[in-house]
Amino acid sequence: MALQFSVTNAELKPHAAVARRPLVEVKDLKVKFVSREATVQAVNGVSFEMAPGEVLCIIGESGSGKSVTMRALMRLLPRRRAVLSGAMRVGDYNIRALSERQLTQVRGSTISMVFQEPMTALDPVYTIGAQIAETVIRHESCSYKAGMARALELLQVVKVPSPERRLKAYPHELSGGLRQRAMIALALSCRPSLLLADEPTTALDATVQIQVLILLRKLQKELGMGVIFVTHDLGVAAQIADKVAVMYAGRIVEYGNVRDVLIRPSHPYTMAMLASTIHAGQSRDKEIEAIPGSPPDMRRLPPGCSFAPRCRYADRGCTSAVPPPTVVAPSHLACCFNTGRPGQAAPQEESA
Amino acid sequence: MLTVDGLKKHFPIHGGLFNRRIGSVRAVDDVSFVVLKGETLGIVGESGCGKSTLARLLMHLIPKDAGELVFDGEGVDETRGLTLRELRRNMQMVFQDSYSSLNPRLPVEDSIAYGPKVHGMSRGDAKQVARELLEKVGLQPELFGSRYPHELSGGQKQRVNVARALALSPRMLILDEAVSALDKSIEAQVLNQLRYLKRHFNLTYVFISHDLNVVQYISDRVLVMYLGQVVEIGPVEDIYARARHPYTRALFSSRLSMDPDDRVDEAPLTGDPPNPIDPPSGCRFRTRCPFAEEVCAAKMPAMGTWVDRSSHLTACHMEDAASGHSRAVRTSHTAMSGQASAVSANP
Repeated sequence: MALQFSVTNAELKPHAAVARRPLVEVKDLKVKFVSREATVQAVNGVSFEMAPGEVLCIIGESGSGKSVTMRALMRLLPRRRAVLSGAMRVGDYNIRALSERQLTQVRGSTISMVFQEPMTALDPVYTIGAQIAETVIRHESCSYKAGMARALELLQVVKVPSPERRLKAYPHELSGGLRQRAMIALALSCRPSLLLADEPTTALDATVQIQVLILLRKLQKELGMGVIFVTHDLGVAAQIADKVAVMYAGRIVEYGNVRDVLIRPSHPYTMAMLASTIHAGQSRDKEIEAIPGSPPDMRRLPPGCSFAPRCRYADRGCTSAVPPPTVVAPSHLACCFNTGRPGQAAPQEESA
Repeated sequence: MLTVDGLKKHFPIHGGLFNRRIGSVRAVDDVSFVVLKGETLGIVGESGCGKSTLARLLMHLIPKDAGELVFDGEGVDETRGLTLRELRRNMQMVFQDSYSSLNPRLPVEDSIAYGPKVHGMSRGDAKQVARELLEKVGLQPELFGSRYPHELSGGQKQRVNVARALALSPRMLILDEAVSALDKSIEAQVLNQLRYLKRHFNLTYVFISHDLNVVQYISDRVLVMYLGQVVEIGPVEDIYARARHPYTRALFSSRLSMDPDDRVDEAPLTGDPPNPIDPPSGCRFRTRCPFAEEVCAAKMPAMGTWVDRSSHLTACHMEDAASGHSRAVRTSHTAMSGQASAVSANP
């Protein structure tokens, strides 16, 4: 198997890896879902880079294309219906050029994924132990016994209480929090360099969510893996992210360090989203600053900036072209015509 | 306005030979509280704690096993009391899933007009009511009235659900996770709308949610549930600033701060909530409580007696100086100075 690996590497990426090269590079990723009735433009030109060992949070509302981006990185989208364009590289692999056979190698060992619903993501007819062991055996071609031993070790790593007993448990016998821990153990079984986490804590209760978040953060530091974490919860992003990318209508509209984006947002959408989220102890006398209107129909995107119809700072220029990323501060980008201009419209309003 | 006393609902579990009853899920177990006229009572708790079962019991969508419900001074479903039909005219509910709670084969206008028609309004008048309500929830009747549910977004559907709930001009609305499935920007719109409607129609809300920030924003009083029981109830400012029950405190400190510099390194609680089929003896929280002692397993902590809207009650042995819990007296001194002095004056 080691031989097979080196061959694929040579085929896909002939030149040697440069030190501290980004772990993930996505360039102008576009995903369209084509059906007889309509074409849904789910992702419209997403580009980002991610360093090894970094935690990138993709924040966005439902339908903003965050999950589709993740699934594209894992090549999990239906082949007939989804039309992809753009380039994606993870480690040494050009994701779009991988054959089915190479894909099964990459999935689990280099990239793995934690889903929102552990009940539907885990196989109900196999025990937790057997499912983890299967992955280990598949990738490391070891014996069943060694696979089970590794499974036990992994359950200990994710802090499942009485792991020996839980190894023989079926998914339905576990609580939501334990199931999600088992799912994380499964995802980490072959030491991936990139973990994709698609809303892994959204379905959990508050007191359990925080346990899983702390666990994920600790494991990420210990294993030094890169994590792309999709969430719609700003609180979750504040807890775990190094970098944040805010998505709206299939585009990244703001990108930067978690502090910069959440405390000094530059894009009007990010600002409006922060203002409309109720925070602890918000004054009860005032109305919440809701964003008017609703997200655009992905079958018929408005011309120019997709947020313009709901944006309070929008002018005629906003609908003429899609705003390119502008640097607002070192490593802090925002795609808005107004933030880049001298005498910025948005921050002025804020100070007034 | 609504008094709930000793409400119970146990769902039987059948299995084994001859499908006998082998146990029961104690979804709601001896719950008592009062909803006052014109207030918003927030109900919080984790999934499986019985919030939604409680809502369905209040609406009489499922039969109760024991307990009493008094709506505006009249018992429900008793001889000489309120009939179900009268209750439902006064009390309506909005569900979490905005799509499955609307009839997909009716234009939303007809969905809203359905209730008034059943209650004896003429077709034309009902339609008129529906149009006015659509306007009130911020949807233009000309534009949206003839649409079908699948042609609306989640937020718009939930507005239609609110309009439908208001069609019989009820006095009380039960909102069961009504905004939880919505995106944040839409959630804010619907919350603003709900606050406007409450003022406009003089409504009373029971607001069930797992989102503590939203409950804090919208409620006047808050009720905290754990495994089918009420553990704490009180005015919103009091509960959020000085929570007394260890579960409430843990729940509140599990809220995530939006400040990236304010990261939590240790979870306030370990483990998941236990199974409601076979709840722990005594205090149900004792298996996860850092202060649990023998007394907590031996007997169930009692909730004090409710006096008025400012009453802050807790079902915890540490709040009861006579319980024999080693931390009982000390805690009551720091947390509830008023009642503590009354208790120490007693012996």
